[in-house]
Parts: sequence; structure tokens; C-alpha cells
Amino acid sequence: MSRTLTTSSATTSATDGDVSSATARAAEQAASTQEVQSLTLAKALNTAMVDAMSADDTVIVFGEDVGMLGGVFRITDGLMRRFGSTRCFDTPLAESGIIGMAVGMAMNGMRPVVEMQFDAFAYPAFEQIASHVAKMHNRTRGAVTLPMVIRIPYAGGIGGVEHHCDSSEAYYAHTAGLKVYTPATVADGYRMLREAIDSDDPVIFMEPKKLYWSKDAVDLEGLRQEHTERVAAGSSTEGRAGVARSGTDATLIAYGPSVPTALAAAAVAAEEGRSLEVIDVRSIVPFDDETVAASVRRTGRAVVIAEAHGFASVASEIVARIQESCFHQLAAPVRRVTGFDIPYPAPKLEHYYLPGVDRILDAVDDLQWEDQS
Amino acid sequence: MTISATQHIPDATEPPPHHRALTESVRKFGISVEDYMLPARHPIQMVSPEGVLVPADEQGAQPGHEYPIPDEAELLAAYEQLVIGRRVNDQNSALVRQGRIAVYPSSHGQEACQVAAALALADGDWMFPTYRDSVAIMARGVDPMQVMTSFRGTWHSGYDPHEHHVGIQSTPLTTQLLHGVGVAHAAKLRGEDTVVLAMCGDGATSEGDFHEALNFAAVFGLPVIFFVQNNRYAISVPLAQQSAAPSLAHKAVGYGMAGERVDGNDLVALLSVLRRAVTLAREGSGPLLVEAHTYRMQAHTNADDATRYRQDSEVAEWQEKDPLNRMRTYLTGQGVLRDEDADRIDEHAEAVAAVLREGLNTEVDVDPQELFRHVFSSPTPHLDRQSAMLAEEISREAAR
Repeated sequence: MSRTLTTSSATTSATDGDVSSATARAAEQAASTQEVQSLTLAKALNTAMVDAMSADDTVIVFGEDVGMLGGVFRITDGLMRRFGSTRCFDTPLAESGIIGMAVGMAMNGMRPVVEMQFDAFAYPAFEQIASHVAKMHNRTRGAVTLPMVIRIPYAGGIGGVEHHCDSSEAYYAHTAGLKVYTPATVADGYRMLREAIDSDDPVIFMEPKKLYWSKDAVDLEGLRQEHTERVAAGSSTEGRAGVARSGTDATLIAYGPSVPTALAAAAVAAEEGRSLEVIDVRSIVPFDDETVAASVRRTGRAVVIAEAHGFASVASEIVARIQESCFHQLAAPVRRVTGFDIPYPAPKLEHYYLPGVDRILDAVDDLQWEDQS
Repeated sequence: MTISATQHIPDATEPPPHHRALTESVRKFGISVEDYMLPARHPIQMVSPEGVLVPADEQGAQPGHEYPIPDEAELLAAYEQLVIGRRVNDQNSALVRQGRIAVYPSSHGQEACQVAAALALADGDWMFPTYRDSVAIMARGVDPMQVMTSFRGTWHSGYDPHEHHVGIQSTPLTTQLLHGVGVAHAAKLRGEDTVVLAMCGDGATSEGDFHEALNFAAVFGLPVIFFVQNNRYAISVPLAQQSAAPSLAHKAVGYGMAGERVDGNDLVALLSVLRRAVTLAREGSGPLLVEAHTYRMQAHTNADDATRYRQDSEVAEWQEKDPLNRMRTYLTGQGVLRDEDADRIDEHAEAVAAVLREGLNTEVDVDPQELFRHVFSSPTPHLDRQSAMLAEEISREAAR
């Protein structure tokens, strides 16, 4: 997979790697020609599956309640009705069985897209994921590829009961052989899920469940066109972070559910006269060191934001990578704003846990501005 | 590739189509579905430990559980694989003792199961083996040296699963059963008649994936034979501490599939029972569970000490039931195995052993850069940097 973004008319970007703002521009262009429509992330993900299933009949969708019900979040809504029960079906209630069966189906010519109902309910499948999904290509010296997508609604912010709000991305990111994507925008929901399904490698597709119903104006036809052009060019946006907001004073690095929070913090900071750049990581594995380092070298300050516990986390990894590559440009230690190292709280307490605008701005305030010459 | 475009939406009140297929296939035996699912009262045995054909009414078969004896040519070919399998096991164990290979989980004593598993399948079928099933994989046609790749430690596996339709040898117990279920499911969706034989041991039946695999296979009506080699021990723990079921074959009933049990040291019975299972599965009657009663004659691996947990007298008792002696006596008695056949077969086995000896006594070059090559289908910048770092370390080391 190429690391170079193709220059389609919809995504031509002056700033290298600036995927999100390219999309925003594309959306603006589209708006002027009345092609733009208001879409939820849920609908974008659903449309990505519809389009992928229409384009390739080896793409099959299965999991718990994904058939008649359309999934507990309705992300697979209508797929069984449209494609029949051989292409979209419910399985017995057993996550290891779902993933293990998907491994065999992927070995035998299919491209399974499976749903784990909630983050913490994917744990029974962890052995299949860590011991087989991640390793099969390597163990067989490349003879077997596993083109499969494991969709996991993750993270909190919806007042969910326990075991429904975990940020489990670190487990997968830590496991060599898995790709880990997490979209934060409606457009990326479509774009990245299409790319995950196209990928010959297994992709853990982490969906920020609190953003499922967030709406955005997107040009669906433009996104389809972009996808077609990228496939023709053999490229994708995998491994490319996006600059969600440009700024000059400090860099906020966030992914998935934390991107809107980081953007909100940047908006408040702007009112206070501080210009914060927001990087949307998009693909945790492979990780885009280039875009992150370029931003931090320019701003000299960085805060990494994630809902997951901070200890031994993706946020920790990002901080370590910044220290390794940007040490001499840093004006202050890189800060993390993450969830506390406690089990995810009950609904009435979760707002204490979640990284919010104030906590992010406190961390920004803490970046040794007094040293600024 | 096309999947039959079933627009059928399941009706919760209707049984799925494969349940009807199961009922129809049972009907020809003239028994009830429950009788079909329940294992026969005793393990099927067709040739006694003394190498004598067991009278038909004493083979353990009951109505619906009757088995024809395979023809002579087939039995002779199976015997040849049995002799080779024993020779392979003993050669590899010797090479472990000589320090040529790191480890070899021997199936000595279980070779009849190994051979029957391979011979029961057609070329288009799939086998999903465990770490102890090397002989079965070789009998399926995979190059013996490729099979030994993992045990000599140069890579985790050495054969292309697609070439002979053999899954990678699995050490996480029963996880591979689900892969077999998936392969069968994909084939079924395309309307292919592929049968999958998925293997595990007695201890493995305690694992959660055993349950999930059997349940998925039964719910989706998939042509999977779950072949359990009950060799009485999971490393040191005896079967009684794994399961309180009347037999492992009885577990099948709870999933809605047929269970069979067979003397795992009787190659004639194994071939017959497994072939019938494969035929039934191919005809669409859904999955089956076959439990073979056998014995692990040697320790779990060279790192194990079997004298700590079992009596020599028990091992001696099973020595009397050896599958190889039994088959040789039987076929010689039947006039199927003549002296010249025996000589030819021994020579063949010796030649395979020589290939292993020579191959495993030869040092092979490993390529450190291959460590990074198969992590993903295409390289990532992150791994490219680590690969460059290792290359640099190696070149500095070489320059010293």
C-alpha cells in the first residue's frame, strides 16, 4: 500500500498528509454544486458496507444482531434485506466463534466484515485475534492473507452501563500484525471503512460510538469517486494523519472520540488568543510519524489526548515517539490528557473521567509558556 | 467467484434447511434423529488387538451405525502410510535426542488416527491439524521437510496451507477448529462440496473454542468432521479430570450433531467410520464428531517426563494394542500383505526417514530480514526503520 495520497480532484491537498482539511475543502466545493448532504457517521459506515458489498460479492457481514435488527447501533441496517442472508447474517452469541470463523472464511476466498457488539464484549475473541488474526500472514510466510475487518464500537460518553464503554485500542495496537483504524469524521467513516475492507491485512476498525449520530455535510458521490480513483491508483489514506485544524502555538494530537473534544478546546483557546493545531491520528497502526512530528517541530509544544487509560497506552506511545523525534524542538515536556487509570466509571460519574475541554486547556496552560522567547 | 444470491430472509418459526437435510439423511438408516446422534454403545472395532477380524455382530455397531470394510488395495495403501508414519515419528524423536531439532510432539501409538484422517479426505477437502498431527499432514501429501520447519525452529510453519488444503499446525488448543468451520462455511456459501476435518485431542475438548466451533458448525449446518484423538492425557492430566461426560463423542448430541466413537488403534475401523462421516457431511447432513480411543505411547514432548504421572504397566497394556502390529498381522493373515509388499513398504519408510535425517542434519540459512517481510502484506515505514536498524547491526557485527 502506497503512503502517497493520490491527487484526485476531490482531495488535492497543498499540505502533505492533510487528509481532513482536504475533505473539508472537497465538501465546500461540493456544497457549491448542491451535492453535499447531511449524513451521520452511522449512515456513512452503513453506506460504506453497502457499496463494498455491491462492488464485491466476497464481502460478507456477520455478527450478533446484525441481520434482521441491523445491529444494536443499526450500523448494518438493511444489509440482510438488500443482500440476502448468505451475505449478511446473525451468528450464535460467541465472539471467539465469530472471529475464528471469519479467519477460516478469509482463508477461503471471503472478505468478512464482522461486528463485535461492544468493546468489552470483544475480549472473548482476544485469543483468536492475537494468536491467529494478527499472526497468520507471518506464520505462513505470507502464503495466507486474512482480508478481514473487525468493527468494534468503542469508548464512552453515551452513559452506557459497565463493559459498554471501554477504550480497548491499545490491546490491538500492541499486537504486531494488526492494523488499527479509528475515524473521527463522517467522511472518514466512509473513506476508512472502504479502505479497511479493501485491505489485504486484517484491520481492527474502532468506531467511536458517541459519534455515531454526529452529523456532517459530506459529498457522498465525491467520496465514492475518490475511493474509485484511489483503488485505480493502488493507494489509500492508510497511515496518514489529518490536520483537523491548523494552528501555530501548540499541537493537540487526538483520535476517534477525542478529536471533537480537541477541536472544541482549540476553538476556546483561539478566543483566548492561543492558536492550537489539532491532528487527527486516523490510523493508529500504521502510525503517521511524519505528520505528527512535522506539526510538533513547528509548534514546539504538544498534548496527546485519548479517552483510554493513560498508563501503557496509545497516548504513551505517541508521546514517546514525539520525544524521540522532536526533542530539540520541544519547548516543554509533552503532556497527556487521558482517562484516569481506573475501571471505566458508571454513567453518573463518567464526565469526571472523560478528557474534557477544560482538562485539555489546563494541560496546554502547563506547557511552560513562560519560557517562550 | 459467485455466491448463490439467496435473498431468503430467515423465518424464525421455520427450521433451517440443513435440519431437513439431516432428517432426510437419517431416514435412510431407519432410525430416529436422536439414535443417529447418539454414539454407538461401544467404540467401533473391526480388527481386534490380536489382528483378527471381529465378527460383524461384535463390532459395536448398532442400527444406523454400520460400516463396510474398505477394499484390500485401500487397506494396503493405508498400511504403507502407517509404516511410514511410525518411522517418521521414531526418526524425529531420535533427531530430538541428538539435538538436531528443538522439539517433536510424537504421535507414536496414534498413527492409525493420523493416517485415517488423511486418507478419508478428497483432494479438495481441508484438514485442520494440531502440533501432534505431523504424520497426518505428511500422509496428506505435504513435503515432510516443510512440515518439520516449525520443529527445527527456522519459521513457525513451512508449508502453504492452500497447496494441500491443510491449515497451519495449531498450538493454541481448538482455535483451529473454528478456522475449519469458516473454511467450510465459505465453501458452502459458494455451493462447493468441500468437507473439513478438524482435529483436536481429549484435553482440548475443555476449551471454549471447542464448544463454539461445534455449535457454529451445527447451527450453520456445515460439513465439518470434528476428529478427537482421545489419547488419555493432556500432558499429565488424565481424561477423568477433563470431562465427566459418558464419552467425548456424547458431547455431539448437545450440539445437534452425530457422535461416533471408534477404536483409535484399529486402522480398518477408523477408515470406515471416517469415510462414512465424510460421505454424510458431503451429502449435507451437517457436522459430525468422531472420537478415537487411542494412547500417547510417549511423553508429551521431549521436555516432559511421563513417569511422573502414569504407570509403566498402563503403557505396557497399550503396547499390546499397537495399531501397526495389529494391521500387519491382519493384512498378512488375509493374504493382502505379502513379504515383497512388506519389504517395499519398509524401504519406502526408510527412504522418508533418510530424507528427514539428511534434511534436518543440514544447517539452513535463516534470513533476518524475513522477520519483517510477512507482518503485513506490504511494508510499513515503521517496520522499514526497524528492518534497517537490524541490517545495520548485522553489518557492523560482520565488520568486526
